[in-house]
Amino acid sequence: MMETSVQERPLLDIRGLEVTFRTEGGDVVPVRGVDLRVEAGKTTALVGESGSGKSVTSLAIMGLLPRPYGRVSKGVAEFRRRSGAVVDLASAGQGVVRALRGNEIAMIFQEPMTSLNPVMTVGEQIAEQVRLHMALAPQAAMRHAVEMLSLVEIPDAARRAGDYPHQMSGGMRQRVMIALAMSCNPRLLIADEPTTALDVTIQAQILDLIERLRKEHSMGVLFITHNLAVVAEIADTVTVMYAGEVVEKANVRDIFHNSRHPYTAALVDCLPERARRDSNGRRIVAAIPGSVTSAAEATGCRFAPRCQRAVEACEAGSPELLVAGTGHEVRCFRWSEA
Amino acid sequence: MFAALARRLAGMLIVMFIVATMVFFLTRLAPGDPAALMLGEQASLADVAELRKTYGLDQPVIVQYALWLKELLRGNLGQSIFLQRPVIVAIAERAEPTFFLALLSILVATAIGVPAGIASAVWRGRASDQAVSGGAMLAASIPSFWLGLIFIQFFAVRLGWFPVAGYGPPGASFAERLYHLMLPASVLGIVNSALITRFTRASMLDVLNEDYVRTARAKGLSEARVILRHGLGNALVPIITVVGLTAALLVGGAIVTETVFGLPGIGNLVVSAVLRRDYPVIQGALIVIAGIYVLINFSIDVMYTLVDPRVKY
Ligand SMILES: Nc1ncnc2c1ncn2[C@@H]1O[C@H](COP(=O)(O)OP(=O)(O)OP(=O)(O)O)[C@@H](O)[C@H]1O
Ligand SMILES: [Mg+2]
Repeated sequence: MMETSVQERPLLDIRGLEVTFRTEGGDVVPVRGVDLRVEAGKTTALVGESGSGKSVTSLAIMGLLPRPYGRVSKGVAEFRRRSGAVVDLASAGQGVVRALRGNEIAMIFQEPMTSLNPVMTVGEQIAEQVRLHMALAPQAAMRHAVEMLSLVEIPDAARRAGDYPHQMSGGMRQRVMIALAMSCNPRLLIADEPTTALDVTIQAQILDLIERLRKEHSMGVLFITHNLAVVAEIADTVTVMYAGEVVEKANVRDIFHNSRHPYTAALVDCLPERARRDSNGRRIVAAIPGSVTSAAEATGCRFAPRCQRAVEACEAGSPELLVAGTGHEVRCFRWSEA
Repeated sequence: MFAALARRLAGMLIVMFIVATMVFFLTRLAPGDPAALMLGEQASLADVAELRKTYGLDQPVIVQYALWLKELLRGNLGQSIFLQRPVIVAIAERAEPTFFLALLSILVATAIGVPAGIASAVWRGRASDQAVSGGAMLAASIPSFWLGLIFIQFFAVRLGWFPVAGYGPPGASFAERLYHLMLPASVLGIVNSALITRFTRASMLDVLNEDYVRTARAKGLSEARVILRHGLGNALVPIITVVGLTAALLVGGAIVTETVFGLPGIGNLVVSAVLRRDYPVIQGALIVIAGIYVLINFSIDVMYTLVDPRVKY
């Protein structure tokens, strides 16, 4: 047997990431203590309810935090480049990260309707990035853009390349965004709720497309969503965020069948498939009572105010990420009782 | 497309008809009899009546109006009462300084306003933004005649870089004539840059928050390209609007500056025509200016379609 068992370094390895926004009312820390890994060719899902810091985390990775008031204030985000060299995205200069953006790290955003430039043809928007990173001449870049459009299954790609975004449907535009993201053959794709704005049938097509491209290009995917049904379908590993912190990390089976954090358990219980039936056979969809505590007011465990298992210790100190099994980490004092 | 264009042209004609009607009747509301004015206080009543007849001023107003429209349709703006030549000729003689003054002024105003607006949007809230906003406020509140006098005093009299006034001696070369427009164009450009700065800033602030600007950054483009190609490229519609409207105002409204710099432009022509009740000249000049407004508006709309593919004719 060859020595493939030696653990390769992950494609993206984030440890202790903290983001600070300087606002008029003082510093706000929307993300802290985020540990996250993406392996080459695998999909890591990042889940958590609205406002938990998923998008801020992804922008921090991309070096796209709103300047000048947003910055990474702690932690490392190590990215393994095509060359094998490892860069820390959190501390590397703007120029270094910019050279990786659109090239080795690409991103798809939630809103296909507004994420494309309305005054440029979609072909030109892809070709622009290709010219920049692949040093192709304008005509070759445009040919490459057309190829990318066919790769994402846009019919009659050569003609559609001359279309402006407003001439396309939402699903088509998201395909264009994916074509754009894929055009320089990135090693890491960050998809921030890429299907949320689309209707269900289109959603499935877009997910299939991302899955296909991931396999064909052995690309790592960080898939941000709050839809656990999607997670079950595509993720290899899952990272759960709550109020700016990672509360649980595990492979997808453990998240659904062996979750250790009460917040994860509650999320899984909210899935419609898991809903209990009432006496009339109607499904009772569970909901997590309460709402997210803001980062500033938390002293102990941030989930404690909504947690049914909370004890005094939970309010007093905040738990670290604890190892709960192979590749399974959880931020809960009482994880072993779950 | 052609149907839309035809509709548009019809609309422009209707506007011009309304303008012509208003110009005719409003001019007549002003007190004072041009014939009496022209002949002076010693003139006999018979002489005045004779002159009124020559210019058709003795006819009922409605007949005068019909005649005026008829001549207008044939492109005839009438005969000046005082200048002894057709109105169209009088206007054409004065058109050059006004036209080039407006053109140069708008170039100066755009060259100041657009970069300043972009810079202040990009560095919003910082020192450069405050400096630009303060500068724009100052520029907007300076009366152009005052700035004109200061400029003449400093650049023409003290430094001797530019002529003090006028449009060059008769037979001056085109370059020399343009040279005479430098100071007045700078004055008008500075004063009018304020509005362009503010529109550019506001428009850029809107656009820079758009998702597609984030996408442009995510592509790894340089910040300059993000701002100019993806930001400014989308901010152009309001900027074109304000530049176009400023240009339109300059064509008709540079009277004060023309006077301060002694330029023989349309502004001057209109002022003296008003003082002498030279109806045909007043009417003709207003019609020409209104026509230019309509044309500028039309070009603005055409430019929209060029910069924004979503705007259709
Ligand atoms: N530009 C910003 N300035 C200030 N605060 C911000 C900014 N962007 C995000 N935040 C704050 O950071 C926190 C995390 O926001 P984020 O957008 O990452 O949430 P999310 O998990 O992506 O939520 P959603 O599921 O709604 O997209 C929120 O409290 C939000 O108000
Ligand atoms: Mg988000």
